[in-house]
Formats: sequence, structure tokens, C-alpha cells
Amino acid sequence: MTADKSSLAPVCVRRVCDKVWDVIVVGGGNAAICAAMQAAESKADVLILESAPITMRGGNSRHTRNIRCMHDGENPPLTGQYSEAEFLQDLLQVSDGNTDRELAVSVIRRSADCLQWMKQRGVLFQPALSGTLSLQRTNAFFLGGGKALLNTYFQTANRFGISVLYEAEVCHIRLSDNSFTGVEAMIGGKSVIIKGRSAVLASGGFQADLDWLEKAWGPPARNFLVRGTPQNRGKVLRDMMNQGAVTIGDASQCHAVAIDGRAPKFDGGIVTRIDCIPFSITVNQYAERFYDEGEDLWPKRYAIWGRLVAVQPGQQAFAIIDSKSFGLFVPSAFPPIEADNIQTLAEQIGLSGEKLTRTVQEFNAACRSGPFDPNALDGLATVGLGLPKSNWARPINEPPFRAYMLRPGVTFTYLGLQVDRLARVQGQAGPYENIWAAGEIMAGSVLRQGYLAGFGMTIGTVFGRIAGEEAARHVL
Amino acid sequence: MCSELTSAQSEAARQMRICNACRYCEGYCNVFPAAFSIDKFDAGELSYLANLCHNCRGCHYACQFAEPHEFALNIPASLAQVRNESWARFVRPSRLTEFFQKSAVSICLAMVILLASLLLLIEFGGNPCGEGFYAYLSHEMMVAIFLPAFLLPLLAACIGVRRFWHAMQGRSLAFPDLLKAAKDAGAMRGLSGGQGQGCQYESGDRATNHRRIAHHAAMYGFLLCLASTISGTILHYVFSLPAPYGLFSLPKLFGVPGGILLLAGTIWLAWLKLKSDRSLADAESWGGEMAFILLLAFISASGLALFAATGSAWVPFLLALHLGGVLTFFLSLPFTKMVHGLFRLAAILRFLQRRLSEH
Repeated sequence: MTADKSSLAPVCVRRVCDKVWDVIVVGGGNAAICAAMQAAESKADVLILESAPITMRGGNSRHTRNIRCMHDGENPPLTGQYSEAEFLQDLLQVSDGNTDRELAVSVIRRSADCLQWMKQRGVLFQPALSGTLSLQRTNAFFLGGGKALLNTYFQTANRFGISVLYEAEVCHIRLSDNSFTGVEAMIGGKSVIIKGRSAVLASGGFQADLDWLEKAWGPPARNFLVRGTPQNRGKVLRDMMNQGAVTIGDASQCHAVAIDGRAPKFDGGIVTRIDCIPFSITVNQYAERFYDEGEDLWPKRYAIWGRLVAVQPGQQAFAIIDSKSFGLFVPSAFPPIEADNIQTLAEQIGLSGEKLTRTVQEFNAACRSGPFDPNALDGLATVGLGLPKSNWARPINEPPFRAYMLRPGVTFTYLGLQVDRLARVQGQAGPYENIWAAGEIMAGSVLRQGYLAGFGMTIGTVFGRIAGEEAARHVL
Repeated sequence: MCSELTSAQSEAARQMRICNACRYCEGYCNVFPAAFSIDKFDAGELSYLANLCHNCRGCHYACQFAEPHEFALNIPASLAQVRNESWARFVRPSRLTEFFQKSAVSICLAMVILLASLLLLIEFGGNPCGEGFYAYLSHEMMVAIFLPAFLLPLLAACIGVRRFWHAMQGRSLAFPDLLKAAKDAGAMRGLSGGQGQGCQYESGDRATNHRRIAHHAAMYGFLLCLASTISGTILHYVFSLPAPYGLFSLPKLFGVPGGILLLAGTIWLAWLKLKSDRSLADAESWGGEMAFILLLAFISASGLALFAATGSAWVPFLLALHLGGVLTFFLSLPFTKMVHGLFRLAAILRFLQRRLSEH
């Protein structure tokens, strides 16, 4: 981390402000850097304004690990084939049809040459990680994950002559009629104006702005944890909304999963995920179950549990397992709370021992014997419970017992800028002349609900490339 | 093994638990696949992981939980500390290892004392009938000093590695495993970064193969020097051909290229170490490690100088310097960075055994 430190020097800020840039890229994540590289390859003079310090650059892309791509085979590290039709089908299924079909098809088609493009820019891939074999046909994993990917991209960007300013938070997009003229940014505690001929907005969603979340969700939002960067406060999104940009989706829509309640308020990332729910009984703070833990395979259900926990009192829940289920799931970064009997366990997590014991007893009594298969819908369901558990229902009766406290963890928000197929941001009077958007800030244009693993990186890479190319074409 | 963890071990256990929930770094090296099959990070397992780690730093630059993130992961530094502790724990007496790790001065001090004694010996123990450098230090005297000075420390190191092997619950060795481990170590796969891109060592987050090449030069140079000594011993005892040897004799054919490689490799390694970020290693043993590299450089340089000075008046002086360096190296062997080779080989062997038993 040496190359870019000098860009923080005041003299450089002056240099940055003294000229008119061909392309100003707002944001420093995957979509931003893809746009910047693509524009620079068309010989544009490109400036990246990243609000995070260099050590935390890259937004939520730091927490990613793979990209979903269609392919006809022969595209390592991907195995088999993944057709356009199957990709689209997967997308329509997870989003319940809430997908812009034209944009989705465009993204899917353009995902086909992403891996090649990434490899040419230095990205290394690795085989699917242990425990993610189900993704090896559809998702290409970056060696070391998203931060390593970003490091490689920033090295490449440096080689391409792209300028990067860190700790430069863009607060306002300057417009003249329908046209972008520059940005106002906070740099080193001072507000400065940087002029540009075109802009790519790739500054992410607004999930780290708890006030904004609270407006949409009410007071419970205060208890939400944000799984990604604290930088995604949606400043540029809000500024564009205030200036009349057309948006898509509403603020209450977000992707949220159940994560370890001890996770940090921001940036806990993947290691706070709790994957034991299908093997557990999960209760609220009154020690009552509230949803069928075994409804479907975990990859198809993990994304609903954030919302389920969000509507429980205190926005918390507790997953309880016994020793039979240890080792069946990837552990969380935090050690579980453990006890030799349910009574003690309940006391340790602040629940009524009596009530939890009763809930467990009722559940155990409803379990029947039969074959258990953690990797498939095994049909091992409870009998006679008002709220059944449809699969993997084994009695919680073999000590030691373990509990994980759960809270909703917001991954990203859907409310964003409406873009067209060429990534152009839409104003009240049609598309802006010279503003493009890529990544989370416009992902809602493609799908407004649900999520498909690795698809955020597909949108970011594809639209980043389009935005960079179009912005450069506009000025050159 | 003992259930009490040292503070460095507890910290490594905390960090590895987070790694275990992430797994993004699986493709860099063997440490992570090894860690993911471990349920409980006890002292033995942590020593095992620490000795698998080659400090290539790929995982650190890839880590979204590295400082300033509040999880503050620094796997290369944490495992380096546990690794250094493990050598002190397994090789007795532990105090000596700590002494050599913590202070570069200690090695220099030992060396000065040894050099002084050698010079004295040369002054009074020379054999005027001897040829070459035996004129200054008789062969018998050399053997009397070097044989125990070589064998006893080697024995101490081997006992240490044996204790390490038991802590890892290693099974008896099979030849194919040994071969594979030797191949892995011989190619320095641990410094490959997983895909041949190399270490992220001296250029920040940029991967290069400099460290791997430098280490190759030093390691193979060292092995050639060793071969030179062994071939000399065989010539002496089996074929009754005592030194000095000509340029086209085995000891020289091994020794001269070996010395050059060792010298180039160690100087390059020292240079890389200077450029590397010290906070990603065990800061406390930086000096000791550097002194060890420079000691090897000194031995190879003085050996080459000795060869170049054949027949001149410089020989007794250079001989004392060279032998002093060699003696320092052997005597301190079980307590310096030198044991990393044996411990690492053992850890790689154990990794191969475990992988086989899992499949």
C-alpha cells in the first residue's frame, strides 16, 4: 500500500482542482474501478474519488468473493456450462419476477466475457471455496476474495495512469441544465470543487445511513447491523434524488440476513453469518419459535431470516442447537454460548429458562425418527406442532447445547438511480447528457427484490465497463 | 499437549477462528485448508499451522478484516510469533532460542568470542608439517572441534523436531509422503502465492517472485556447500585425499558455485527483509533473523575469499574468520532461524498425512 499515498498531499489536491477531468468516477469499489479502467483504456484522463481511506478502500466489494457469469464451458475456473436462459431463470426465480428483463438479459450476455476481461487486468481466480461447491459452475471465485481483486485493479489503474484521491467524499453533483459540470467534495476537512466533462456515479447504496433506514423501517432500524462498509451513506444518491434524478425501488427494500448479534455495527462481513438455523430451533426473546426453520434448503432461505428477525421484539432471536449438529455448518467468528442444560443456556442468553425448556420439550415431543440428511430436503418434519419444522427436525436433547444470538444484518439496499441499457442516469427530461452510473447505486434498475450470489459483482463489472466506455466516448 | 495457551497462541486462535468463518484465502497456501479441518485450536495445532506459514503475506493484503478493521487480523505476524515460540518450546534449552531470537547482538558476540579463541589456537596449535590450511590448524584439531560442534547441535534440533512431531500427533513416516514433502519444500511451493505469482513481501500488495528466487539461491547454495564438505570428508577418509583440492575437484565444484549462490541469495534476502513491512512479521525476532541471514552471507563470503587467497599470507586470518563463522553457525543452529527448515518440512509432512487420511 505505497503507490497512492502521495495522492493525499495538499499539492495534489490543488493539481486535481486546477484542471478539467475527462471522467470523474465517484466511488472506489468494483464498479468504480472497472469504469475507470475502461475509460482510461480509451485514453481518457480519469480521476477516482474514494471516500474511504486507502486501507479501507473498495466499499462493499471488499467483502465479495465471486462473480456470476454465463458461459458455454471452457471458462476456468468455472465448470460445466451456464446458459443465458438458465441464468435468467435463476434471476426471475429469486426476484419473484421483479426484474427488468431487458437490462437483465443485457447484463447476462455481457457477463460472458467478464472473466477474460478481468484476467487481462491481472485478476487471479481460485476453485470454489470449501463448502461452496454448489457454486463452482456459475460463480468464479477471486483468489483471496474481493479485497485482493481490488488491490489488483488499483495496481492496474495505477499503471493506466488513473489518479485516485482517497478520503475524498463527494457531497454534491454539479449540474447545469441537463449536464454534469463537476463535483463538490470534502477533502481534508475542506469543501473543494473538481471540474469534469463526464461522471460515473458508483458510490454504492445507502445502507450505512441509519437515519435513512429508520425513516423507511421505523425505530427497529436502530438495531440493524450493517454488514458492509460504513461509507455507503448514499450521499450522492440523495443529492441526485434532490436534483430530480429518476429513482427505482423504495427505501424499505433491502437485502438482510440473520447474523451474529455480537457482530460490529459495520463491516462485519461474511464471518458474522450464522448458518445453523436449519439444524436449530430459533426463538425470539420470549423463547417462542416464530418461523419454520427447515422450510427449504439454506441457500434458498438464508436471505429471508434478516427480515424475520427484524420484525421480532428487540430485533433479536436465538438459534439453539445440540451437539448432534456441531460441525454441520461453517462456524461464525464468535464462539457460541454453551451450556450442559437448556435452563442454564437460557439464563446465559437472558431468556426465561422455564419457557425455553417448555419450547424445547414441545418441539422434541413433535420430532419423529427417520433418516436425517443435512444436504438435502430430508422430509424429517415435526408432527402436530402449530408451527412445524419441515425438514431436519431432530430433537434438541444431546448436551452440550449451544446458542447464537441473531440480529438482522443489512447487506445492501435496492433504492437507486434508474439507468438505461447504456448505464445513463435518467433525469426528469430524459437521460442526463454526461452522467452514467454503475454498481449498487443502480442495481435496483436490474432487480428490485431478492438476490443471486455473485450477481452484484456481475452488475458492477458489466455496468462499470459500459459506463466507463460511454463516458470516455462522450468526451473524446 | 499443555492446554494453557500463551498469549501469542490465544491471539492466533482468535484470528484463526475468524479465518475459519471466512475461508477466502484458501487458495494461497496450505495454512488455510489445514485450519479449516481443525475443530479446536490447541497449542499443538497452532504450532502446526504456524510452521506451515511461510510469511508470504498474500492473506494479509487480501484480508478485509485487517487493521484498521476492529477484528485487527494480522495472520502473518501472529503466526510468526507462534512459530518462533514453538521453536523455543520444542528445542531445549528454550532460553537459548529466546536469547538468539531476541538479540542479533548475541550471535555477533558468540562469534567474536569464537573467533578470538580460534585465532589463539592457530597461533599456538599450528602444525608446520601440514599442507594448505592444515598448516595453521591441524586436521585432528579441526575434527575435534567441529565434529561435536556439528553433531551435538544437530541432535538437539532433531530432538526438538521430534517433540514437535508428537505435538502434531504425527504418524510414522511413509516414503511417498517424504518425497512429496521434499518436492514441495524443494520448489518452495509455500512462497508461490498459490498460483506462482509469488509473495507480497517487499512491494506492498504487489506480488513478486523475488523472495522465492532469493530463497532458492540461498537454500541450494547452502546445500551445495554442505555437499562440498561431505565430498571433502569422503575424499579425505575413503580415498585418503586430504585438502587442498584443485578447482576441478568435487569439493570445489560444489563449494564455489554453492558459496556464490549462498552469498547472492542471503544478501538478496537481507535486502528484501529491509524493504519489507516489519509489522507483518514477529518484530521481536527481526534482529535475530537478520543476524542469521548475515551470518550465512559472512560464511559464504569468507569461504570464497579463502579460496581466492590460496597460497597468500591472508590464509590464516581468513581461515580463522571463516571457521569462526562456521562454528558459530553450527553451535547456534538449534536456536536460530536455521531450524525453520526442519520444522517446516515436518509441518508439510503432517499436512500431507492429514490430507491423505481425510480423503
